[in-house]
Amino acid sequence: MTTTAYRSQEEFFLDPQRCIGCHACEMACAECETNGQLAMIHVDYVDRAVSPQTSVQVCMHCEEPTCARVCPADAIAKDELGVVHSANAARCIACSNCVLACPFGVPKKVEPMKLMMKCNLCYDRTSAGRRPMCATVCPSGALWYGTRERMAAMRPNSTPVNEFRFGLQRVKTRVNVMMPKGSTELVVDGTEAP
Amino acid sequence: MARLPVSPEALVAQYGPRLGFPPKEGFPGRDEPDRVVPTHCCFCGMQCGIKLLVKDNRVVGFDPWEEFPFNEGRLCPKGVQRYLQNNHPDRLLSPLERVEGVGFRPVAWDAALDRTASEIRRIQEKHGKDAFAMLSGVSLTNEKSYLVGKFARLAIGTRNLDYNGRLCMVSAGAGNKKAFGLDRASNTYADLAKAEVILVAGANVSETFPTLTHWIWQARDNGAKLIVVDPRMTPLARTADLHLPVRPGRDSALFGAILKQLVDRDQLDRDFIANHTSGFEEAVEAVKGYDLAWAEEVTGIPRRKIEAAAEWWGTAKTSFLLHARGIEHHTKGVENVVSAINLVLATGRIGKPYCGYGTITGQGNGQGGREHGHKCDQLPGNRDIENPKHREWVAGVWGVPEPEIPGKGLSAYEIVEAIHRGEIKGLLSICFNPLVSLPNASFVREALEKLEYFAAIDFFLSETARHADVVLAGSLHEEEEGTVTTAEGRVTRVRAAIDPPADAWRDTDVLLDLARRLGKGELFDFSAPAPLAGTREGSLFTARRIFDELRAASKGGTADYFGITYEKIEANLGVFWPCPSLDHPGTPRLWEDRRFATPDGRAHFNAVRYRDPGEVTDPDYPVILTTGRVVSQYLSGTQTRRIGKLVEQYPEPLLEIHPALAKSLGITDRDLVRVETRRGAAEFPAQLVTTIREDTVFIPYHWPGRKSANQLTSGNLDPVSKIPEFKVSACRLVPTGRKAPSAAEAKAHASV
Repeated sequence: MTTTAYRSQEEFFLDPQRCIGCHACEMACAECETNGQLAMIHVDYVDRAVSPQTSVQVCMHCEEPTCARVCPADAIAKDELGVVHSANAARCIACSNCVLACPFGVPKKVEPMKLMMKCNLCYDRTSAGRRPMCATVCPSGALWYGTRERMAAMRPNSTPVNEFRFGLQRVKTRVNVMMPKGSTELVVDGTEAP
Repeated sequence: MARLPVSPEALVAQYGPRLGFPPKEGFPGRDEPDRVVPTHCCFCGMQCGIKLLVKDNRVVGFDPWEEFPFNEGRLCPKGVQRYLQNNHPDRLLSPLERVEGVGFRPVAWDAALDRTASEIRRIQEKHGKDAFAMLSGVSLTNEKSYLVGKFARLAIGTRNLDYNGRLCMVSAGAGNKKAFGLDRASNTYADLAKAEVILVAGANVSETFPTLTHWIWQARDNGAKLIVVDPRMTPLARTADLHLPVRPGRDSALFGAILKQLVDRDQLDRDFIANHTSGFEEAVEAVKGYDLAWAEEVTGIPRRKIEAAAEWWGTAKTSFLLHARGIEHHTKGVENVVSAINLVLATGRIGKPYCGYGTITGQGNGQGGREHGHKCDQLPGNRDIENPKHREWVAGVWGVPEPEIPGKGLSAYEIVEAIHRGEIKGLLSICFNPLVSLPNASFVREALEKLEYFAAIDFFLSETARHADVVLAGSLHEEEEGTVTTAEGRVTRVRAAIDPPADAWRDTDVLLDLARRLGKGELFDFSAPAPLAGTREGSLFTARRIFDELRAASKGGTADYFGITYEKIEANLGVFWPCPSLDHPGTPRLWEDRRFATPDGRAHFNAVRYRDPGEVTDPDYPVILTTGRVVSQYLSGTQTRRIGKLVEQYPEPLLEIHPALAKSLGITDRDLVRVETRRGAAEFPAQLVTTIREDTVFIPYHWPGRKSANQLTSGNLDPVSKIPEFKVSACRLVPTGRKAPSAAEAKAHASV
């Protein structure tokens, strides 16, 4: 696999308020040869009883990945492009530490392989200069991949944010979340913050 | 004799629907395909570009086609999974014939076609030409649609040909012809980009046209205000600046009230009205009593919301009005459409950049299919079958005396009624599953059981085809060359990625062979020469010849394709009709010259006085039932109820009910509720949601048998368009006192 065509100026942008709950991303993700028909991206209703609002969660590819830090087997690695990969099959002991620790709830332990699997940002596509599959098919712009400049021009009322606060934990990610214009961070649970 | 030969359960066991899944490691050869074929999705009217991956004459996967301008790679789940209709265990691999007590057994093409031809002639000799009918559908290409129109009129010689677009776009078509003299969306979706106000009426865009969402939200990023008219809070309505939760069947009251507001506030384009329209005074006169209090009472929408919608529409400089089946599936479908168009004409916002209007055509080739002649009242080029000049033109192209073209026939549901009455004795169907898609399913089943002879061309044994005497194993979208016309009026190229498997034939070859056996071969000289017959090259040869005749037949009609060629389509990634000459670039935006296609060249206002839907609630049936769709299924589900992941996404139809109504009846989530109407009864699990009106329940319709919502709907038709009123029935809800079984137990996709 080559990384020569990788476009380092392009980034992943997540805009959950645009999600229409169609699940095209999951179906397209599952088609990838490395995923064995399992989706590494997840769409769920927020509360169907009161709204058709759905939300979509993809691996945020943290700068300091919690999943890797809690892995006792050193099975999870981040590469030179900042992409956090699925657990190395030879090392993963299926302890589920990563599943429990990820603040975004991303990694899944896949039975019966007993192997942690997650999004690798479509390494096969991005390394060949193509966009990740989910961000290519998403019909509503909830998932988008491209340059920060183009995103700013397309969505003048939103700002990409990649800093998160979960209580005491601060996380910086490679994937951006679109927030109202002027936002600087997303505070998921600030109640325990100092 | 069209009763089922064996139990439906036995037919399901042999022919499905069964669920198709890809192998975990993908289909063999996906990563080293023989061919990557840029073509289109086989489902809705958006006709998204998609690439199919082919290995050893099988479609083994897909890739986004990012260069195609409408969708730029974007797809919905149906598009992502569309390739799985290929390689499916239920695929019909040879013709079949019905055997009483046994089911179906394979039969040779020669015998199947001979029997069909002789039955057509037998029935016609005994009962008259029109006693044999044909039903068709607009998932077919333009070439096949044109061919079906010519085949039914000249090879069978019946006036009774109609199509499943009768359940889809006919109200919009009739309304557009009344107002503009032409049946096409006036603009491409590019004109949404800088519309100040977008009004979407009765269109669940995010579930039924997911890839159109991008264009609407692009406009909102640019500052557009979005108004959504829908009895339910759909995913699009959730994000709207203004959601008008209209009581089903009251759309023309809403549009009438908004027109009155525009007039009262003098928010009109008086120059445009004076110079380019007619009928304005009559249209205003019709709505003079429609004040906000009246509108609130009739539509159930708070008056402040109606007032706000009128204010936004009245003061906008640019706008786009979109509608779909939600206002069209009514006994007043045409009235709803023209009352919406009145708002566009009153403000003169048409034929200019970012000033648009259009119905969102539902079916894959709903647009092109309805233009070229399998509609009971139309000839190619959107010509009128009762207009002597139009008949003369088409007779000239076809090389027959004008009287040989039959007159106007019955519409789809009327054909079923005529079968039920015993007037129509024989039927040939293609691309239509009326047992699921027509209203009043029990009545439709009784009609099918009365047929003396029924032949169905299909690739899967649909619920309707189970009733056939002979099933002719036809082709999938990806097995024939041709063109389709998208909801924008863009004519695009569909490719034969593969050949039909085993002893299945291309639909076109079935019709051409049958024409020869009916003694009309010389009128259908489209077949490829021997070395190409049956190949993809042969399909291209035949499709081109048919398309060339279609071009000639459409020349001078409103839907003029004469200047469109395959080369031009391929070079430009689509051409918008009308395109009257080879050097014409096509017409993305209509009416820029303000010369409308009506006889007087003006756009026509139409006076619409509100009237009630065909069935209103009463003490016996106190709740409004409306029906619709979900994102993971397409139409009657013949294809999508066989694709495993699509079925798993939304496995069974649920009864959406507001908690307040549910509470009054003692219904809680997942309770099994019996829904009763004057046509029948059926049981559905309750889904309590506050996203629907309190006086209305909703059931999606894609499922068959006991899970079919169309057991409940009425055969009430629009007097002009003959569209059934799927969107309004009166029902009552009876809790069964039981919880619904799990979806896995219910197996609704294969319900009998």
